[in-house]
Order: sequence, then structure tokens, then C-alpha cells
Amino acid sequence: MSSRRDFLRCALAGGAAVAGAAASPAAQARGNAEISPDAVGLLFDSTLCIGCKACVAACKTANNLPVDINTTPDSPWDVPLDTTARTFNVIKVYRDGKATLKDAEQGGYAFMKSSCLHCVDPSCVSACPVSAMLKDPVTGIVSYDKDACIGCRYCVAACPFGIPKYDYDSPTGAIGKCELCRHRMQDGHYAACAEVCPTGATLYGKVSDLRAEAQRRLALKAGDTTIFPRGNLTTGDQPSWEGVVPAYVQHVYGEKEVGGTQMMKLAAVPFDKLGHKPLPERSFSSRSETLQHTLYGGLALPVVALGVMTFLAKRNMPKDDESAGQHSDKREGGQ
Amino acid sequence: MSAHVHAAPAPVGGRLLNAVSFVCAVLILSAFAILALRFWGGLGAVTNLNDGYPWGIWVVGDVVIGSAFACGGFSVAMLVYIFNKGEYHPLVRPALLASLFGYSLAGAGVIFDLGRYWNFWHILWPGYASPNSVMFEVAACISLYILVMWLEFSPTFFEKFGWTNAQRKVGRAMFFLVGLGTVLPMMHQSSLGSMLIVFGTQLHPLWQTMALPAIYLISAITIGYAVVLFESCVAAAGYRRSIEMHLLTPLSKVMLGMLGLYLAIRFGDLIVRGAIATAFEPTLQAFMFWLESIAFVLPFWILGSPAKRANPANLFVGGAVLMIAGILLRVNSYLIGYQTGDGWSYFPSIPEMMVTFGMFAIEVLAYIVITRRFPVLPREDHAPAGQAA
Repeated sequence: MSSRRDFLRCALAGGAAVAGAAASPAAQARGNAEISPDAVGLLFDSTLCIGCKACVAACKTANNLPVDINTTPDSPWDVPLDTTARTFNVIKVYRDGKATLKDAEQGGYAFMKSSCLHCVDPSCVSACPVSAMLKDPVTGIVSYDKDACIGCRYCVAACPFGIPKYDYDSPTGAIGKCELCRHRMQDGHYAACAEVCPTGATLYGKVSDLRAEAQRRLALKAGDTTIFPRGNLTTGDQPSWEGVVPAYVQHVYGEKEVGGTQMMKLAAVPFDKLGHKPLPERSFSSRSETLQHTLYGGLALPVVALGVMTFLAKRNMPKDDESAGQHSDKREGGQ
Repeated sequence: MSAHVHAAPAPVGGRLLNAVSFVCAVLILSAFAILALRFWGGLGAVTNLNDGYPWGIWVVGDVVIGSAFACGGFSVAMLVYIFNKGEYHPLVRPALLASLFGYSLAGAGVIFDLGRYWNFWHILWPGYASPNSVMFEVAACISLYILVMWLEFSPTFFEKFGWTNAQRKVGRAMFFLVGLGTVLPMMHQSSLGSMLIVFGTQLHPLWQTMALPAIYLISAITIGYAVVLFESCVAAAGYRRSIEMHLLTPLSKVMLGMLGLYLAIRFGDLIVRGAIATAFEPTLQAFMFWLESIAFVLPFWILGSPAKRANPANLFVGGAVLMIAGILLRVNSYLIGYQTGDGWSYFPSIPEMMVTFGMFAIEVLAYIVITRRFPVLPREDHAPAGQAA
């Protein structure tokens, strides 16, 4: 009877220890990752986008991507409906009613770019068990290496923006996603989508510059005129243009979401209408890694548990019974 | 512990070819044919996987549920060697055998779900392996545990082949193997829950909680006992052996104790977080949550009194219901509660299900072959019916 009580006590203590370790904000807790001062990214201004999809085509060319299968059946050219392993960037449209007025929530339409947001604290990098998804410590670009990848698709499942995608139609399928044209950077190029954007709706540059530009626009009065830069904001490689300030939603999407993203967005239609759900400021990867490091930091907890279990097993295992499941009295056994 | 004298394990004997093993063989062959297609045409050729639901029943069924069902060996070994309940000793070998196959197949099953399987070794290779990833922890612990279990079980083979030297050597290290064999499954069974933390708000609040590791671990231990009840009843019926009621009845009480602990943690967490309110919304998730919860509570009703626990039918049903509860918790948290955005849906394809059935068929067939030919189940006093037939 007392041993049963012992068992229950042990079980409760063990369970409580696990629950406690799991729930308590422990010493190893880590907050959101910090952004690199030289991080680069994009600023997409929905109000400036005219839906020409030059960026979609340029992305396909720059990344040498094939025609997508995810296309409307009767279209004579490649019209991907969403990002896939073979399409890293698409422009989506929001429509309401007759959809006549640009950037109007009611009866209007608005464009939204869908591509990797290059999170400051990415879930895909935290999830990846083989370092195929990596975040560059300087540029902050989230890169993918198919030669390291095992194809487990944990990144696909983990990304809160649904960005990394896997190619299910190939026996040697890989993940595909935007890597901010990092392969073109040694030639002085930058993200192809920003390079070709005729209106500067997609703007490339250092994240610090892009954030300042976003805040500048939000501070403007709707109806006034202002200068809109194009291409690379940091180097100013393309001529800018003067236009009318739209009625922005006072929110830079990507400034705080899941610890911030290096691609940020401005719009005149509420973001949840544009497929961007509200997200908490604490990154999911910091929650996951805090838990893991609490339980496994320095392997302290597992080693202590192993010590206790081994001690108990040694104590409770009689000499002639050392082959788990072996009969305790051999004389009686045999075949 | 030495006070308990049990019948020694002995092969059950009898014919290997019968209706059950034939059906298993057919299921296994179909699964292999489907897998050939998968390796020829990619995952999309046979599965309904998509970028909204990149994980289907091959991950959730074969690995997450399969490994939880394979916790019998761990749960019983812990009872016998850690909590010194020697009377459960005869249950160790059969439970360990089922665990061995469950885990080995879960490990093998991962390979055909991996999109780039030829790189699988990266997960344990320095330079590639990423300790920040929960999946790394799961992979490392499961790999090591499979090795430990084969060593734990090796005396059965050594005994059969008469390799007393090897048997003695493994026997001397057995206490350490048992220690590892309890800590490793604790680590990865909890991590199978932790894997979901990084999904963040994509996972419904009924399942997204920092208590996931505790919920997954305690439920896996509980299911371990349920599987032993279930398997013992099936083995007794299938081999026309007597049911070990003197062991299974008290074991079912231990199971209820663990189940009580599980329910306290599960509902305590839901109430503390306030997530319980979402269980009363008219959603599929709320419905599935109640289905799951009912399945976890039912065993108390089925096995609640000593009289009920003395009835083999109740033990069988109680074990089976708890196994269903374990399936529901895992399917709910990995698939039903996982909402990745509008427009995505997933239901496994027939070929996908056939592969999962094939995996379970391998386990059943291997269990039959090994228990009939190797000393696993306790020796029966009378000649086994299978041999007489």
C-alpha cells in the first residue's frame, strides 16, 4: 500500500516538475532576436502598386523559375495564383462590391505583395533541424540551402505567413521561397522586384532607412503631395516622383509583428482585409526556444533525470534479473 | 522484487501462416507498391499533402501517434524498475517488443515522408544539426531510444540462440539501459508536444500552450498502460491464452491515476489561460475538443470500480477508448486545431491511408512471428492451443 502511495507521489512530483519547468519563465528565457544594424529589406506600399506584376515576372527571371502549375487553366501566360515552390512572389488583389475605387475598403480594390517577409526572429530558422534555413547575421536575409534540407517541411508548417513552400510534384522536391536576390548582390544588384517596380511600390534598402521612410509617409497629410523614391532607397539609384499622399492606415505591418520583419507594408485598406492577420509582438521562435533551452539547457535536467532513473533501476534490479524481462528464477525456466 | 516468482517467457509456437498474417502481408505489399509510386512521382503523387497542411497522417499517424502507442515498454519498465513494482515483470517483454517495433517503424516511416530523404543523416550530423530546433531533439532522442530498446530486448534473441556470454554482458549494463530507456522517451514524447509551440497563433488556443510538453508526456505514459491492457487482451484472445487479470486489474488502476494527473494538468492549463471559453464556441475545433475530452474521461466510468476492473471486457474497452483519446489529442493538435489560413484543407488520400495501415500491419505481423518463435510471453502451464491445432 505504501509503495503505491510512493508511486503516486513520484508520478505527481515528476509531472509537476515537467509542468513547472515548462510553464515557468526560467533563467534561459530569451526575448525576441535583435535586428542587425545593416539589415536590408523591402517596403511595400499598397497604395502605390498598380498591379502590373512586373515584379512577379522579374522574380521568375532572376531566380530562374519554371512556369507554375498553379495557374488559371485558360490563361495563355504564367499567372500564378499564390506563391509556391516555383513562384516566390505574387501580387494579390482585394476586391469589394463593384471594385471600382482603388484603395477603398468598400466597393474598392487594393493590391498586396506576397513574398517572404524576412522576419527578424524567423520561425522557419528556429524550426529547421538541419540549418537549411539560415538568417544572415549581417544582412538578415533568410536563406535556404536545398543541399542541406531533408524535406521535413517543418518550416512550411511553422511560418505564420505561409511562405516557405514545398514542391510535392517532384520526387526530389525542394522548398522554394524569396531570398531577397542574395545571389545577385555580388554584381551590385538588389531584389529584382524592387529594381523593376515602376512606381516604387516595392522599395529596397536598409531596414533602418525603410522604417524611417514608412514613418515619414504615415506622418503626411492625405491629399498633400510628396516625393516617392523608387528602386534602392539607401543608394537612391533611380529617379523619384511626386505624387498625392493617400489616406494610410496608421500601421506599419512588420514593424512589430512576431518581433518585426525586414519587409514592411503600408496600405490604405485594413491589413486583415489584405490577408494579413494580427500577430503578437513576441516571436514564436523565442517562445519555442525558451522552452527548449529551459528543459535542455546544458543538458542539466536530462542528466539529473538519467542519474535518478539509473540509480533507482540499479537498486530495484536484482542480480539474477538483469536482462529486462528475464525470468527472476532461471532454474524454473528454460525451454 | 525477487519475492515475485513468475512463469518464464517462452515461445507461443504454432503456425505462422494464418488469416491474420495473410491479411497483414497483403496490406504490407500494397503499402510498398504505393511507396514505390511516391518515390517515383513525389509526395504529391500519392498523398493529399499541400502547403497549408504539409504534415499529414504519415507524420501524425505513423510517428506522433505510432510512437505514443509504442510507450507500453517505457511505461511498464518504469513501473517495474523505477517504482519497484516487480509484480508487473511478466508484462515487460511483450510491452517492450511492441514498443521496439512501434518505434523502429516510426523511425523508418519518417524516411518516406521526408522530401529529401537522402539527406536524412544531416539531422544528427555536426555542422548541419540545429539544437534550437525541437525536431532535432525529437530525432536525436528517438534514434538513440531505438538503439537502447534493441539492446534492452537483445537478451530475448541471445537466449533463443544460446549466446550466454552476450546475454551476460548486456545484463550487466541493463540498469543503465533501463535508465536511458525511461529518460529518452520522456524527452521526445514531451518534445512531440513542444514541436507545436513554434506554430504560434496558427494553432487553436485549445491546444496552443506552454504546457504541451507536459500534456504530451503524461498522455503518452497513460496510453502506454492502455496499450498494454489492449495488447494483453488481444494476445490472450488470439493465442487462446489465459488473461493475466492479476496484473492487468491493478495496472488499470495505475493507468487511472496517471489519467487523473493528465486531466488535472490539461484542464488546469485551459482554465488558467482562459482558453476554456473557446470550447463553447460553435466551431469544429470546439466539437473535436469535447470528443477528445470525453474519450479521456470515459475510462473512469468504464474502469471506475474494482468490480469493473475485474472484468476483462472492461479492461479491453477502457484501454481501447484511451488509445482513441490519445489519437484525438494528437490529430486535434496537429491537424484539426492547426489553421494556417483560408482556403487550405486536408484529408488523407486512400493510398496515404493504405501506407499507414501497411505500417501497422508490419507491427502486427512482426509481433506474431516473434511471439510464436521467441521467448516473449510468459509460459502457459497447458500446451498452447495454437500448437495443438
